[in-house]
Amino acid sequence: MSNETPTNNSRRNILKGTVAIAAASTMPLIFSNKAFAANYTNEPTGSTVTFGFNVPQTGAYADEGADELRAYKLAVQHINGEGDGGMMNTFSSKALKGNGVNGKKVVYVTGDTQTKSDAARASAKRMIEKDGAVMITGGSSSGVAIAVQGLCQEAGVIFMAGLTHSNDTTGKDKKANGFRHFFNTEMTGAALAPVLKNNYGTDRVAYHLTADYTWGHSQEGSIRKYTESMGWKTAQAVPTPVGAGDFSQYITPVLNSGADVLVLNHYGKDMVNSLTQAIQFGLRDRQVNGKQFEIVVPLYSRLMAAGAGENVKGIFGSTNWHWSLQDAGSKAFVKSFGKAYGFPPSQAAHTTYCQAILYADACQRAGSFKPSAVGAALEGFKFDGLGNGPTEYRAEDHQCFKDVLVVKGKENPSSKFDVLEVVEVTPRAQVEYEASMLGGNLGPYNNG
Amino acid sequence: MDAFILQVLNGLDKGGAYALIALGLTLVFGTLGVVNFAHGALFMLGAFCAVIVKKVLTLERVELDPTQLTAWGSPVEIRTHYIEEWFGDFGTLLIDFSVPASIFLAIPIMLILGIVMERGLIRHFYKRPHADQILVTFGLAIVIQEIVKAQFGANPIPQATPEMFSGSADIGVLMGFAQNTVVYPWWRIIYLIFAGVILSSVFAFLQFTTFGMVVRAGMADRETVGLLGIDIDRKFTIVFGLAAVVAGVAGVMYTPILAPDYHIGMDFLVLSFVVVVVGGMGSLGGAVAAGFLLGILQSFASMNEVKSLLPGIDQVIIYLIAVVVLLVRPRGLMGRKGVMED
Repeated sequence: MSNETPTNNSRRNILKGTVAIAAASTMPLIFSNKAFAANYTNEPTGSTVTFGFNVPQTGAYADEGADELRAYKLAVQHINGEGDGGMMNTFSSKALKGNGVNGKKVVYVTGDTQTKSDAARASAKRMIEKDGAVMITGGSSSGVAIAVQGLCQEAGVIFMAGLTHSNDTTGKDKKANGFRHFFNTEMTGAALAPVLKNNYGTDRVAYHLTADYTWGHSQEGSIRKYTESMGWKTAQAVPTPVGAGDFSQYITPVLNSGADVLVLNHYGKDMVNSLTQAIQFGLRDRQVNGKQFEIVVPLYSRLMAAGAGENVKGIFGSTNWHWSLQDAGSKAFVKSFGKAYGFPPSQAAHTTYCQAILYADACQRAGSFKPSAVGAALEGFKFDGLGNGPTEYRAEDHQCFKDVLVVKGKENPSSKFDVLEVVEVTPRAQVEYEASMLGGNLGPYNNG
Repeated sequence: MDAFILQVLNGLDKGGAYALIALGLTLVFGTLGVVNFAHGALFMLGAFCAVIVKKVLTLERVELDPTQLTAWGSPVEIRTHYIEEWFGDFGTLLIDFSVPASIFLAIPIMLILGIVMERGLIRHFYKRPHADQILVTFGLAIVIQEIVKAQFGANPIPQATPEMFSGSADIGVLMGFAQNTVVYPWWRIIYLIFAGVILSSVFAFLQFTTFGMVVRAGMADRETVGLLGIDIDRKFTIVFGLAAVVAGVAGVMYTPILAPDYHIGMDFLVLSFVVVVVGGMGSLGGAVAAGFLLGILQSFASMNEVKSLLPGIDQVIIYLIAVVVLLVRPRGLMGRKGVMED
């Protein structure tokens, strides 16, 4: 017995110690999560509410990320009643009064997605867990958007997607806590195909070079769907590695493939490189099947188009928004952004500004930051005055529906910002589709 | 057949760039015994010499026109290139030929940078393990990248080919093909010739000059050359500068093919290291041969016929070949005994 007593004591002590350590280690988490009083993740209790801006600050899309951040800062100013108010003045909803949201001043924290899913999730997690962000927004890649959207759903915060164009974001990978203002590849296909038909005819053979990830495949699928239905044939669709740099080995097979149109399902740096190299190979100077060879870049970004220089001239594509639009909202935003930074905003800046304003407005109308309440305020919300004409956040998939711009590289630009011209504003009715078409299931809201 | 010829040309072109970078890497490794992960950054700095020259040549006089306003309410800027104002058509020609003209800036800049890099940092790591050398040079590469990014941004900055070389050459006609069957961009042909000239010049310099002879002797037996009273360290410093110049001019001439950004060097570095290992550490001939070989194989692996049989092969072919070569010939294709084996 004398030998057993110390052992029992020791075991009891170990058990007690273990329980104490477990309790002690849990307590800070409980406090930091405000679990005692909170009804939902990061419910703001003080005089401020924190937004989390998760944008690429390093990596290939850093310039686009910088433009997103500029727009977010402007949106925060406008929500808090500073500056000229920008599109708050033209926004159809007048819930926001320029004194913050629900009586709280908006502050923000930032994260760097690096355009890598794991880094983006880590920075979003840090902003939610350490900085108390009640909403995460931003990004410049569909892969990143889908990854962060999943994280926000698990964490119980709203995700207002930035620049993400893949169907999957509000299709098969959609989540109740996620909302997208940007358009998608399905809408690009529906808007672009009729313009291609009018300009290039119905008897065409296309060759696709496709970035080998979710967005590239989504883009290729949508363009093929709409061009093949109007009579075009697809000679070949070749996946190319993201960031390949030199695309010459993928471009040379196009020369004698019988194709007379090259569709570059590339974005960013890849688009700049593949387009430049395709032009160096003389593709646009060729006559194939008795027709002039043409190149199509379905998703344009003004920042990237500027990078491709003269090569974009006359090439068709689509964009979510362009600074040359003359509606009151666009003019107010361009004026506000241009005054602050000395140049016009990109489509990335526009969509992120809109997302910040839309979220703040939904919180104000809901009278809460609770994800399910904010989501309910956004679902089916119809608005105008944010630069895209009448728009609706569709309840079934949390996708915004609005007019889509078909653009063309400008032949005679008047400045380095003036690289694209809007050739058609495709009405919303033409690009709308059934929510069930892209699959996926929103599931229930997670309030944390 | 036309597709075959085009892929051979693509491979030679790509291989030319790999060979130029790998040659510098091998020179540095063979002479100084340093595994220089900052070598890709030298390629990138060379490319940015072209960017700087273009920026200087296109400096503009900006006048505000108060009668016209931008969309955000400030007066419209009217920009005129100084160089065109001063020199007229000759100024326009200078802007047009900014890439080849950049070589004249890149050579002294890269030589100085190379020597400063070697004297200022890398020489302190000669006697340290290769792991330390890799860490410090990799760190240096990242620092250089970040400085360039802070200065020039993250987006690629395209450089145009001179107008007279902007089109494609119908080389198929020379081989009996129909018109427009085998066309290849003029600038890529020029790059291939340029790579050949630079590679030949370096080999001739090492083979037929007294300096080259001493360097080769030093590569074979550094201690003995030192005992003969030759300051081999100084010679090797110059070799480091030479390697930097080769990487730099390779970067300059590659800018019309691939728009330079801060990451361009790192993209080439990994492949160039594989080239060096496949060619054989320390073997100059091996580096060049492996550069062209892997360039050609990479191009062929990207052909649709090959990819339909082996999906994804284009992305792994270089590494696959490296594994096979190292299994069959552990020292690489032309590697020497004793290099990195102590």
